[in-house]
Amino acid sequence: MRKPLKHRIVLLLFVTSTPLANPAQDLLEFREHFKNSFPTLPFDQFSNGVYAINEDARLAWEDIEEFPPYEEAIDAGKVLYESSFSNGKSYKDCFENDGIAIAHKYPYWDKEKEQVITLGLALNQCRRDNGEEGLSYKRGEIAYLLSYMAHTSRGKRIAIKSPDDHRKALSAYNKGKQFYYQRRGQLNFSCATCHVQNGGLQIRSETISPSLGHATGWPVYRAKWGEVGTLHRRFIGCSKQMRAKIYDPQGEEYRNLEYYLTYMSNSLPINGPSYRK
Amino acid sequence: MTSHAYGGSLSDGKQLAFERSKGNCLACHAIADGEMAGNIGPPLINMKQRFPERSELKQQIWDATIANPKTSMPPFGRNKILSKDEIELVVEYIWSL
Ligand code: HEC
Ligand code: HEC
Repeated sequence: MRKPLKHRIVLLLFVTSTPLANPAQDLLEFREHFKNSFPTLPFDQFSNGVYAINEDARLAWEDIEEFPPYEEAIDAGKVLYESSFSNGKSYKDCFENDGIAIAHKYPYWDKEKEQVITLGLALNQCRRDNGEEGLSYKRGEIAYLLSYMAHTSRGKRIAIKSPDDHRKALSAYNKGKQFYYQRRGQLNFSCATCHVQNGGLQIRSETISPSLGHATGWPVYRAKWGEVGTLHRRFIGCSKQMRAKIYDPQGEEYRNLEYYLTYMSNSLPINGPSYRK
Repeated sequence: MTSHAYGGSLSDGKQLAFERSKGNCLACHAIADGEMAGNIGPPLINMKQRFPERSELKQQIWDATIANPKTSMPPFGRNKILSKDEIELVVEYIWSL
Protein backbone atom coordinates (compact mmCIF):
# COMPACT_ATOMS: atom_id res chain seq x y z
CA MET A 1 0.00 0.00 0.00
CA ARG A 2 2.86 2.45 0.65
CA LYS A 3 4.05 2.82 -2.86
CA PRO A 4 0.87 4.02 -4.55
CA LEU A 5 0.31 6.46 -1.70
CA LYS A 6 3.75 7.99 -2.19
CA HIS A 7 3.07 8.32 -5.88
CA ARG A 8 -0.12 10.15 -5.19
CA ILE A 9 1.69 12.60 -2.91
CA VAL A 10 4.29 13.30 -5.55
CA LEU A 11 1.59 13.87 -8.12
CA LEU A 12 -0.20 16.25 -5.80
CA LEU A 13 2.97 18.24 -5.28
CA PHE A 14 3.40 18.69 -9.00
CA VAL A 15 -0.20 19.72 -9.45
CA THR A 16 -0.21 22.29 -6.66
CA SER A 17 3.06 23.98 -7.60
CA THR A 18 2.64 26.90 -9.97
CA PRO A 19 2.57 26.01 -13.66
CA LEU A 20 5.28 28.61 -14.32
CA ALA A 21 8.22 26.41 -13.50
CA ASN A 22 9.06 23.14 -11.94
CA PRO A 23 12.63 23.36 -10.70
CA ALA A 24 13.02 19.68 -9.88
CA GLN A 25 11.83 18.73 -13.35
CA ASP A 26 14.01 21.45 -14.93
CA LEU A 27 17.02 20.04 -13.13
CA LEU A 28 16.38 16.51 -14.36
CA GLU A 29 15.96 17.65 -17.95
CA PHE A 30 19.00 19.89 -17.76
CA ARG A 31 21.25 17.09 -16.53
CA GLU A 32 19.79 14.73 -19.08
CA HIS A 33 20.60 17.19 -21.84
CA PHE A 34 24.27 17.35 -20.85
CA LYS A 35 24.48 13.65 -20.26
CA ASN A 36 23.38 13.19 -23.84
CA SER A 37 25.85 15.79 -25.09
CA PHE A 38 28.77 14.32 -23.12
CA PRO A 39 27.86 10.69 -22.54
CA THR A 40 31.29 9.59 -21.28
CA LEU A 41 32.03 12.55 -19.02
CA PRO A 42 31.67 11.72 -15.31
CA PHE A 43 29.20 14.07 -13.58
CA ASP A 44 31.74 15.66 -11.21
CA GLN A 45 33.96 16.65 -14.13
CA PHE A 46 31.46 19.31 -15.15
CA SER A 47 32.87 21.43 -12.32
CA ASN A 48 35.98 21.96 -14.46
CA GLY A 49 34.25 23.83 -17.25
CA VAL A 50 36.01 23.83 -20.56
CA TYR A 51 38.94 21.85 -19.14
CA ALA A 52 36.70 18.84 -18.70
CA ILE A 53 35.97 18.64 -22.40
CA ASN A 54 39.01 19.95 -24.27
CA GLU A 55 42.10 17.81 -23.91
CA ASP A 56 44.69 20.40 -25.03
CA ALA A 57 43.26 23.08 -22.80
CA ARG A 58 43.14 20.58 -19.95
CA LEU A 59 46.83 19.77 -20.18
CA ALA A 60 47.82 23.44 -20.11
CA TRP A 61 45.48 23.98 -17.17
CA GLU A 62 46.92 21.08 -15.19
CA ASP A 63 50.36 22.70 -15.48
CA ILE A 64 49.01 26.01 -14.26
CA GLU A 65 47.28 24.34 -11.32
CA GLU A 66 50.70 23.29 -10.00
CA PHE A 67 51.29 26.90 -8.95
CA PRO A 68 47.82 28.34 -9.08
CA PRO A 69 47.74 32.08 -9.70
CA TYR A 70 44.67 32.45 -7.46
CA GLU A 71 46.56 31.38 -4.33
CA GLU A 72 47.45 34.95 -3.40
CA ALA A 73 43.78 35.85 -3.54
CA ILE A 74 42.93 33.09 -1.06
CA ASP A 75 45.64 34.31 1.33
CA ALA A 76 44.57 37.94 0.99
CA GLY A 77 40.97 36.89 1.51
CA LYS A 78 41.81 35.00 4.69
CA VAL A 79 43.57 38.04 6.17
CA LEU A 80 40.63 40.29 5.31
CA TYR A 81 38.16 37.75 6.56
CA GLU A 82 39.79 37.40 9.92
CA SER A 83 40.48 41.05 10.58
CA SER A 84 38.10 43.11 12.71
CA PHE A 85 35.73 45.85 11.68
CA SER A 86 36.08 49.15 13.54
CA ASN A 87 33.40 47.98 15.99
CA GLY A 88 35.52 44.97 16.92
CA LYS A 89 33.35 42.40 15.16
CA SER A 90 34.30 40.55 12.00
CA TYR A 91 32.79 38.65 9.09
CA LYS A 92 32.77 35.52 11.22
CA ASP A 93 30.01 36.98 13.34
CA CYS A 94 27.67 37.24 10.36
CA PHE A 95 27.68 33.66 9.17
CA GLU A 96 26.84 30.21 10.41
CA ASN A 97 29.87 28.12 11.35
CA ASP A 98 31.94 31.32 11.32
CA GLY A 99 31.50 31.31 7.54
CA ILE A 100 33.71 28.27 7.04
CA ALA A 101 32.58 25.73 4.40
CA ILE A 102 29.25 27.40 3.66
CA ALA A 103 29.74 28.69 0.10
CA HIS A 104 27.97 25.67 -1.41
CA LYS A 105 24.69 26.80 0.19
CA TYR A 106 24.63 30.12 -1.66
CA PRO A 107 22.65 31.72 -3.13
CA TYR A 108 19.45 31.10 -1.21
CA TRP A 109 16.00 32.65 -1.03
CA ASP A 110 15.57 34.79 2.08
CA LYS A 111 11.95 34.71 3.15
CA GLU A 112 12.12 37.81 5.32
CA LYS A 113 14.07 39.97 2.92
CA GLU A 114 12.17 38.46 0.00
CA GLN A 115 15.17 38.30 -2.28
CA VAL A 116 17.94 36.06 -3.45
CA ILE A 117 20.94 36.34 -1.16
CA THR A 118 24.24 35.58 -2.82
CA LEU A 119 27.42 35.21 -0.82
CA GLY A 120 28.73 38.47 -2.28
CA LEU A 121 25.63 40.34 -1.19
CA ALA A 122 25.78 38.72 2.26
CA LEU A 123 29.36 39.91 2.70
CA ASN A 124 28.38 43.49 2.00
CA GLN A 125 25.31 43.20 4.21
CA CYS A 126 27.61 42.04 6.97
CA ARG A 127 29.83 45.05 6.43
CA ARG A 128 26.93 47.50 6.45
CA ASP A 129 25.38 45.91 9.54
CA ASN A 130 28.69 46.62 11.21
CA GLY A 131 28.99 50.19 10.06
CA GLU A 132 31.41 49.59 7.20
CA GLU A 133 31.03 50.66 3.59
CA GLY A 134 30.12 48.11 0.94
CA LEU A 135 32.75 46.74 -1.43
CA SER A 136 32.41 46.90 -5.20
CA TYR A 137 31.26 43.62 -6.68
CA LYS A 138 33.42 42.69 -9.65
CA ARG A 139 36.99 42.46 -8.40
CA GLY A 140 39.33 43.31 -5.56
CA GLU A 141 38.56 42.68 -1.90
CA ILE A 142 35.20 41.03 -2.52
CA ALA A 143 36.83 38.59 -4.91
CA TYR A 144 39.54 37.82 -2.34
CA LEU A 145 37.00 37.22 0.40
CA LEU A 146 34.94 35.00 -1.87
CA SER A 147 38.09 33.12 -2.93
CA TYR A 148 38.86 32.33 0.67
CA MET A 149 35.30 31.31 1.48
CA ALA A 150 35.03 29.13 -1.62
CA HIS A 151 38.34 27.53 -0.75
CA THR A 152 37.02 26.45 2.65
CA SER A 153 34.09 24.85 0.80
CA ARG A 154 36.11 22.93 -1.74
CA GLY A 155 34.75 19.46 -2.33
CA LYS A 156 31.39 20.27 -0.78
CA ARG A 157 28.54 19.71 -3.15
CA ILE A 158 26.34 22.58 -4.20
CA ALA A 159 23.21 22.34 -2.10
CA ILE A 160 20.67 24.93 -3.21
CA LYS A 161 17.27 24.29 -1.69
CA SER A 162 14.61 23.84 -4.29
CA PRO A 163 12.59 27.05 -4.69
CA ASP A 164 9.46 24.87 -4.82
CA ASP A 165 8.34 25.61 -1.29
CA HIS A 166 7.84 29.33 -1.67
CA ARG A 167 5.86 31.20 -4.29
CA LYS A 168 8.15 34.22 -4.41
CA ALA A 169 11.28 32.08 -4.47
CA LEU A 170 9.84 30.26 -7.42
CA SER A 171 9.14 33.54 -9.12
CA ALA A 172 12.76 34.67 -8.65
CA TYR A 173 13.98 31.32 -9.95
CA ASN A 174 11.71 31.68 -12.91
CA LYS A 175 13.00 35.14 -13.71
CA GLY A 176 16.54 33.78 -13.63
CA LYS A 177 15.57 30.96 -15.92
CA GLN A 178 13.83 33.28 -18.34
CA PHE A 179 16.87 35.53 -18.37
CA TYR A 180 19.00 32.57 -19.36
CA TYR A 181 16.83 31.50 -22.27
CA GLN A 182 15.71 34.91 -23.51
CA ARG A 183 17.38 36.09 -26.68
CA ARG A 184 18.88 39.51 -26.20
CA GLY A 185 21.15 42.07 -27.75
CA GLN A 186 21.99 42.83 -31.35
CA LEU A 187 23.34 39.36 -32.02
CA ASN A 188 20.11 37.75 -30.83
CA PHE A 189 21.83 35.17 -28.62
CA SER A 190 20.55 33.87 -25.34
CA CYS A 191 22.95 32.54 -22.74
CA ALA A 192 21.53 29.13 -23.57
CA THR A 193 22.30 29.54 -27.26
CA CYS A 194 25.96 29.12 -26.44
CA HIS A 195 26.10 27.21 -23.17
CA VAL A 196 23.15 24.81 -23.60
CA GLN A 197 22.69 24.49 -27.36
CA ASN A 198 26.36 24.67 -28.36
CA GLY A 199 28.36 23.58 -25.33
CA GLY A 200 31.46 21.68 -26.47
CA LEU A 201 31.50 23.31 -29.90
CA GLN A 202 33.90 26.01 -30.92
CA ILE A 203 33.30 29.67 -31.49
CA ARG A 204 36.39 30.66 -33.47
CA SER A 205 39.07 28.68 -31.63
CA GLU A 206 37.33 28.96 -28.25
CA THR A 207 35.58 25.89 -26.88
CA ILE A 208 32.27 26.78 -25.26
CA SER A 209 31.77 25.27 -21.81
CA PRO A 210 28.52 23.57 -20.91
CA SER A 211 26.23 25.46 -18.56
CA LEU A 212 26.22 22.54 -16.14
CA GLY A 213 29.01 23.40 -13.69
CA HIS A 214 29.03 27.12 -14.39
CA ALA A 215 28.46 27.96 -10.75
CA THR A 216 31.09 25.78 -9.08
CA GLY A 217 34.43 27.47 -9.61
CA TRP A 218 34.05 31.07 -8.53
CA PRO A 219 35.77 33.41 -8.18
CA VAL A 220 37.98 32.79 -11.17
CA TYR A 221 41.50 33.99 -11.85
CA ARG A 222 41.41 34.77 -15.54
CA ALA A 223 44.60 35.24 -17.48
CA LYS A 224 42.71 37.81 -19.52
CA TRP A 225 41.88 39.78 -16.37
CA GLY A 226 45.24 39.19 -14.69
CA GLU A 227 43.38 38.89 -11.38
CA VAL A 228 40.46 37.16 -9.71
CA GLY A 229 36.98 38.28 -10.65
CA THR A 230 33.45 37.36 -9.70
CA LEU A 231 30.71 35.43 -11.45
CA HIS A 232 28.77 38.61 -12.10
CA ARG A 233 31.80 40.09 -13.80
CA ARG A 234 31.65 37.14 -16.18
CA PHE A 235 27.92 37.68 -16.74
CA ILE A 236 28.82 41.20 -17.80
CA GLY A 237 31.61 39.95 -20.07
CA CYS A 238 29.37 37.51 -21.91
CA SER A 239 26.61 40.12 -22.17
CA LYS A 240 29.05 42.50 -23.84
CA GLN A 241 29.98 39.80 -26.34
CA MET A 242 26.29 39.46 -27.08
CA ARG A 243 26.05 43.24 -27.54
CA ALA A 244 23.30 43.10 -24.96
CA LYS A 245 22.27 45.30 -22.06
CA ILE A 246 24.51 45.16 -18.99
CA TYR A 247 22.97 44.97 -15.53
CA ASP A 248 24.47 45.93 -12.18
CA PRO A 249 26.60 43.27 -10.52
CA GLN A 250 24.53 41.96 -7.59
CA GLY A 251 21.44 43.71 -8.94
CA GLU A 252 18.24 41.71 -8.89
CA GLU A 253 18.54 40.41 -12.46
CA TYR A 254 21.97 38.83 -12.00
CA ARG A 255 21.15 37.48 -8.55
CA ASN A 256 18.10 35.72 -9.93
CA LEU A 257 20.25 34.45 -12.78
CA GLU A 258 22.82 33.15 -10.32
CA TYR A 259 20.03 31.47 -8.37
CA TYR A 260 18.83 29.59 -11.45
CA LEU A 261 22.32 28.76 -12.68
CA THR A 262 23.52 27.52 -9.31
CA TYR A 263 20.44 25.40 -8.77
CA MET A 264 21.17 23.80 -12.16
CA SER A 265 24.65 22.93 -10.84
CA ASN A 266 23.26 21.31 -7.70
CA SER A 267 25.24 18.33 -6.37
CA LEU A 268 28.41 19.24 -8.24
CA PRO A 269 31.49 19.79 -6.06
CA ILE A 270 32.62 23.36 -5.39
CA ASN A 271 36.16 23.93 -6.67
CA GLY A 272 36.60 27.66 -6.42
CA PRO A 273 38.59 29.66 -6.74
CA SER A 274 39.76 28.40 -10.09
CA TYR A 275 41.80 29.38 -13.09
CA ARG A 276 40.49 30.19 -16.56
CA LYS A 277 42.17 31.46 -19.66
CA MET B 1 39.06 41.30 -58.51
CA THR B 2 35.88 41.35 -60.53
CA SER B 3 33.38 44.07 -59.83
CA HIS B 4 29.73 43.30 -59.32
CA ALA B 5 26.38 44.93 -59.66
CA TYR B 6 26.44 45.45 -55.90
CA GLY B 7 29.13 48.06 -56.02
CA GLY B 8 32.03 46.12 -54.57
CA SER B 9 34.32 43.22 -55.21
CA LEU B 10 34.29 39.70 -53.89
CA SER B 11 37.24 40.62 -51.70
CA ASP B 12 35.16 43.35 -50.04
CA GLY B 13 32.53 40.75 -49.24
CA LYS B 14 35.16 38.40 -47.96
CA GLN B 15 36.61 41.02 -45.69
CA LEU B 16 33.18 41.81 -44.28
CA ALA B 17 32.51 38.11 -43.73
CA PHE B 18 35.81 37.55 -41.91
CA GLU B 19 36.11 40.70 -39.82
CA ARG B 20 35.23 40.14 -36.15
CA SER B 21 33.40 43.43 -35.78
CA LYS B 22 31.38 42.82 -38.95
CA GLY B 23 30.09 39.42 -40.14
CA ASN B 24 32.49 37.35 -38.07
CA CYS B 25 31.14 34.33 -39.94
CA LEU B 26 34.33 32.45 -39.05
CA ALA B 27 33.14 32.43 -35.46
CA CYS B 28 30.86 29.60 -36.49
CA HIS B 29 31.69 28.49 -40.05
CA ALA B 30 34.73 27.07 -41.73
CA ILE B 31 35.34 29.07 -44.90
CA ALA B 32 38.15 28.55 -47.42
CA ASP B 33 41.20 30.72 -46.42
CA GLY B 34 39.66 31.46 -43.05
CA GLU B 35 41.79 30.82 -39.98
CA MET B 36 40.67 29.63 -36.55
CA ALA B 37 37.13 28.95 -37.64
CA GLY B 38 34.50 27.68 -35.24
CA ASN B 39 32.20 24.74 -35.88
CA ILE B 40 28.79 25.80 -34.61
CA GLY B 41 27.50 26.05 -38.17
CA PRO B 42 28.30 23.91 -41.24
CA PRO B 43 31.31 24.69 -43.47
CA LEU B 44 30.32 27.14 -46.18
CA ILE B 45 31.07 25.31 -49.40
CA ASN B 46 29.21 24.49 -52.62
CA MET B 47 26.95 27.37 -51.95
CA LYS B 48 25.41 27.57 -55.42
CA GLN B 49 24.44 23.94 -55.12
CA ARG B 50 23.00 24.44 -51.66
CA PHE B 51 21.30 27.68 -52.67
CA PRO B 52 20.42 27.70 -56.38
CA GLU B 53 18.36 30.80 -55.60
CA ARG B 54 20.49 33.74 -54.51
CA SER B 55 17.47 35.18 -52.72
CA GLU B 56 17.30 32.18 -50.40
CA LEU B 57 20.92 32.55 -49.47
CA LYS B 58 20.27 36.19 -48.81
CA GLN B 59 17.33 35.34 -46.59
CA GLN B 60 19.48 32.93 -44.56
CA ILE B 61 21.98 35.70 -43.91
CA TRP B 62 19.39 38.45 -43.50
CA ASP B 63 17.44 36.52 -40.88
CA ALA B 64 18.35 32.89 -40.18
CA THR B 65 15.45 32.59 -37.71
CA ILE B 66 13.00 32.48 -40.65
CA ALA B 67 14.29 29.06 -41.70
CA ASN B 68 14.99 27.91 -38.15
CA PRO B 69 13.53 29.78 -35.17
CA LYS B 70 16.03 28.05 -32.85
CA THR B 71 19.08 28.87 -34.92
CA SER B 72 22.26 30.11 -33.25
CA MET B 73 22.99 32.32 -36.23
CA PRO B 74 22.51 36.07 -35.72
CA PRO B 75 19.99 37.87 -37.98
CA PHE B 76 22.51 40.08 -39.75
CA GLY B 77 20.01 42.14 -41.73
CA ARG B 78 17.02 42.23 -39.40
CA ASN B 79 19.15 43.36 -36.45
CA LYS B 80 21.26 45.70 -38.58
CA ILE B 81 24.49 43.95 -37.70
CA LEU B 82 25.40 44.58 -41.32
CA SER B 83 23.94 47.29 -43.55
CA LYS B 84 21.92 46.44 -46.67
CA ASP B 85 24.91 47.11 -48.89
CA GLU B 86 27.19 45.05 -46.71
CA ILE B 87 24.75 42.14 -46.81
CA GLU B 88 24.73 42.22 -50.61
CA LEU B 89 28.50 42.07 -50.67
CA VAL B 90 28.61 39.20 -48.19
CA VAL B 91 25.92 37.28 -50.09
CA GLU B 92 27.82 37.74 -53.32
CA TYR B 93 31.00 36.44 -51.75
CA ILE B 94 29.38 33.49 -49.96
CA TRP B 95 27.56 32.51 -53.16
CA SER B 96 30.93 32.30 -54.89
CA LEU B 97 32.16 29.64 -52.46
C1 HEC C 1 28.29 33.82 -28.23
C2 HEC C 1 28.53 32.81 -27.26
C3 HEC C 1 28.20 33.07 -25.81
C4 HEC C 1 27.07 33.59 -25.25
C5 HEC C 1 25.82 34.06 -25.96
C6 HEC C 1 27.28 33.58 -23.82
N1 HEC C 1 28.50 33.07 -23.52
FE1 HEC C 1 29.22 32.69 -21.66
N2 HEC C 1 31.00 32.11 -22.49
C7 HEC C 1 31.27 32.02 -23.84
C8 HEC C 1 32.64 31.65 -24.03
C9 HEC C 1 33.34 31.43 -25.37
C10 HEC C 1 33.20 31.51 -22.73
C11 HEC C 1 34.67 31.16 -22.38
C12 HEC C 1 34.90 29.71 -22.52
C13 HEC C 1 34.05 28.95 -21.56
O1 HEC C 1 34.46 28.74 -20.42
O2 HEC C 1 32.92 28.64 -21.93
C14 HEC C 1 32.12 31.78 -21.79
C15 HEC C 1 32.24 31.66 -20.40
C16 HEC C 1 31.17 31.79 -19.51
C17 HEC C 1 31.25 31.48 -18.11
C18 HEC C 1 32.47 30.96 -17.37
C19 HEC C 1 32.51 29.48 -17.38
C20 HEC C 1 33.70 28.94 -16.65
O3 HEC C 1 33.74 27.72 -16.42
O4 HEC C 1 34.61 29.70 -16.32
C21 HEC C 1 30.02 31.74 -17.57
C22 HEC C 1 29.59 31.58 -16.13
C23 HEC C 1 29.18 32.22 -18.65
N3 HEC C 1 29.91 32.22 -19.82
C24 HEC C 1 27.87 32.62 -18.52
C25 HEC C 1 27.12 33.19 -19.55
C26 HEC C 1 25.84 33.85 -19.36
C27 HEC C 1 25.12 34.00 -18.03
C28 HEC C 1 25.44 34.30 -20.56
C29 HEC C 1 24.26 35.12 -20.92
C30 HEC C 1 24.08 36.37 -20.23
C31 HEC C 1 26.45 33.86 -21.53
N4 HEC C 1 27.46 33.23 -20.87
C32 HEC C 1 26.36 34.05 -22.89
C33 HEC C 1 30.37 32.24 -24.87
C34 HEC C 1 29.11 32.76 -24.71
C1 HEC D 1 27.00 32.15 -33.82
C2 HEC D 1 26.97 31.24 -34.93
C3 HEC D 1 26.89 31.70 -36.35
C4 HEC D 1 27.42 32.83 -36.96
C5 HEC D 1 28.22 33.95 -36.34
C6 HEC D 1 27.07 32.72 -38.36
N1 HEC D 1 26.36 31.57 -38.59
FE1 HEC D 1 25.66 30.91 -40.38
N2 HEC D 1 24.84 29.27 -39.47
C7 HEC D 1 24.95 28.96 -38.14
C8 HEC D 1 24.25 27.72 -37.90
C9 HEC D 1 24.13 27.01 -36.54
C10 HEC D 1 23.74 27.28 -39.12
C11 HEC D 1 22.95 25.99 -39.40
C12 HEC D 1 21.54 26.25 -39.81
C13 HEC D 1 20.77 26.99 -38.76
O1 HEC D 1 20.78 26.59 -37.58
O2 HEC D 1 20.18 28.03 -39.09
C14 HEC D 1 24.13 28.29 -40.09
C15 HEC D 1 23.80 28.23 -41.45
C16 HEC D 1 24.30 29.09 -42.40
C17 HEC D 1 24.08 28.95 -43.82
C18 HEC D 1 23.33 27.82 -44.48
C19 HEC D 1 24.33 26.72 -44.74
C20 HEC D 1 23.72 25.52 -45.40
O3 HEC D 1 24.47 24.82 -46.08
O4 HEC D 1 22.52 25.30 -45.23
C21 HEC D 1 24.71 29.99 -44.43
C22 HEC D 1 24.78 30.24 -45.92
C23 HEC D 1 25.31 30.78 -43.41
N3 HEC D 1 25.04 30.21 -42.17
C24 HEC D 1 26.04 31.94 -43.62
C25 HEC D 1 26.58 32.73 -42.64
C26 HEC D 1 27.25 33.98 -42.89
C27 HEC D 1 27.48 34.56 -44.26
C28 HEC D 1 27.63 34.49 -41.68
C29 HEC D 1 28.31 35.77 -41.36
C30 HEC D 1 27.88 36.97 -42.01
C31 HEC D 1 27.20 33.52 -40.67
N4 HEC D 1 26.56 32.48 -41.29
C32 HEC D 1 27.42 33.66 -39.32
C33 HEC D 1 25.59 29.70 -37.18
C34 HEC D 1 26.23 30.92 -37.38
